[in-house]
Amino acid sequence: MSTVLEERPAAADAIQKFTATMMIRRFDPDVDTEPRWQEFSVEMLPTDRVLDALHQIKWEQDGSLTFRRSCAHGVCGSDAMRINGRNRLACKTLMKDLDISKPVYVEAIKGLPLEKDLVVDMEPFFASYREVQPFLQSSSKPEKERLQSAEQRARFDDTTKCILCAACTSSCPVFWTDGQYFGPAAIVNAHRFIFDSRDEASEVRLDILNDKEGVWRCRTTFNCTEACPRGIQVTQAIAEVKAAVLRGRP
Amino acid sequence: MTSSTIEAPRSPRPVARKRRVNWEKWGWLYMRGSGVLLIVLIAAHLFTNLIAGQGGVKAIDFAFVGGKWSNPFWKVWDTLLLWLALIHGSNGMRTIVNDYVSNPKVRKTMLIALLASSVVLLLLGTLVIYTFDPCPAGSLPSDLPSFCPAQ
Ligand code: HEM
Ligand code: SF4
Ligand code: FES
Repeated sequence: MSTVLEERPAAADAIQKFTATMMIRRFDPDVDTEPRWQEFSVEMLPTDRVLDALHQIKWEQDGSLTFRRSCAHGVCGSDAMRINGRNRLACKTLMKDLDISKPVYVEAIKGLPLEKDLVVDMEPFFASYREVQPFLQSSSKPEKERLQSAEQRARFDDTTKCILCAACTSSCPVFWTDGQYFGPAAIVNAHRFIFDSRDEASEVRLDILNDKEGVWRCRTTFNCTEACPRGIQVTQAIAEVKAAVLRGRP
Repeated sequence: MTSSTIEAPRSPRPVARKRRVNWEKWGWLYMRGSGVLLIVLIAAHLFTNLIAGQGGVKAIDFAFVGGKWSNPFWKVWDTLLLWLALIHGSNGMRTIVNDYVSNPKVRKTMLIALLASSVVLLLLGTLVIYTFDPCPAGSLPSDLPSFCPAQ
């Protein structure tokens, strides 16, 4: 084991810093009429993420760069952005996994009103979310635990993982052209309760989603499933809700 | 901080979505139902027209169609094909118009034009299938195709 200690300096040298070019789509509503691309150079370690590149720009080069982030560990869902044309979380995307020989393009997610740089107005997204009544509804008083079998819990396990980052909804071409569409995230969160054996309002939610702007707008593009940083099978969840609407029960 | 200092939500709930009779579910089901039937109808249509009849695409002419429509089986087959595919196609176009046309007036105009043209094509097509007569009585022999007895 002693040899390991001796080798350590050599191993540390092996971690090479590299320079990456970041192309950020900037927009300042006070100055710009149109968004514009701005180039930055950043010094990165292979273990750095796109979020670290953004931090380096904001902290060392241009303090006016505006973006959301909170947890920096893929939990809070605040830093979904379009990186090289794909929706991802900046805090879960390693620089070394991108093609560094070319500039890395970073822009705000699409389909929601752009406010500044990488920040969009999330309100339309949350409005749809609220409309599906994403909370447990039960007539019995919560005096003791509401029991559920492991199988009943597994039925909706996948959709409990959503962090409301909007990567799915803002990757959906139907949502891009029709902002009235509920969008994949709202349907995922409806699915979470529709298939929960403890909930008593499934029919209400199925009725809400059996709307002109509900599940039938989905065209099975699979963009949402590809975008989801939590690996949720979004398109499958939507298909299950469609089938439940047709049955009239979960 | 007391709750009275918490401001009201920045923007109110969007205007309540209208709860009217909802055709989207039936449209969705129709696209799938007609799609499955169309696979069978189109496959058989292509097979009889292009493969079974040896001559391939060059063998399809007025006489070929006349021959097929003398058989009630193909009349019904082609009527089904016409109605299912045309309604399927125009409902699909309706979806695409709803996708891309954001101006409500232009959208309404295009949807009405789509509906009108589909109705005209359906009626005209059905009329042709059931009134088709390759050798109408009383025509000039020079106007008739070669296979007619009057020729
Ligand atoms: C082989 C038989 C066919 C099958 C299985 C089929 C199936 C489908 C399905 C399932 C959809 C709905 C897609 C969605 O909602 O996401 C669709 C859409 C559509 N179909 Fe067909 N179809 C067939 C033939 C046809 C024909 C012959 C036409 C033209 C007359 C046509 C025109 C359309 C159009 C315009 C759309 C809308 C496209 C869109 O939603 O972007 N299809 N088809
Ligand atoms: S389903 Fe996935 S992509 Fe969509 S909001 Fe939830 S975590 Fe984000
Ligand atoms: S910063 Fe919280 S998910 Fe990325």
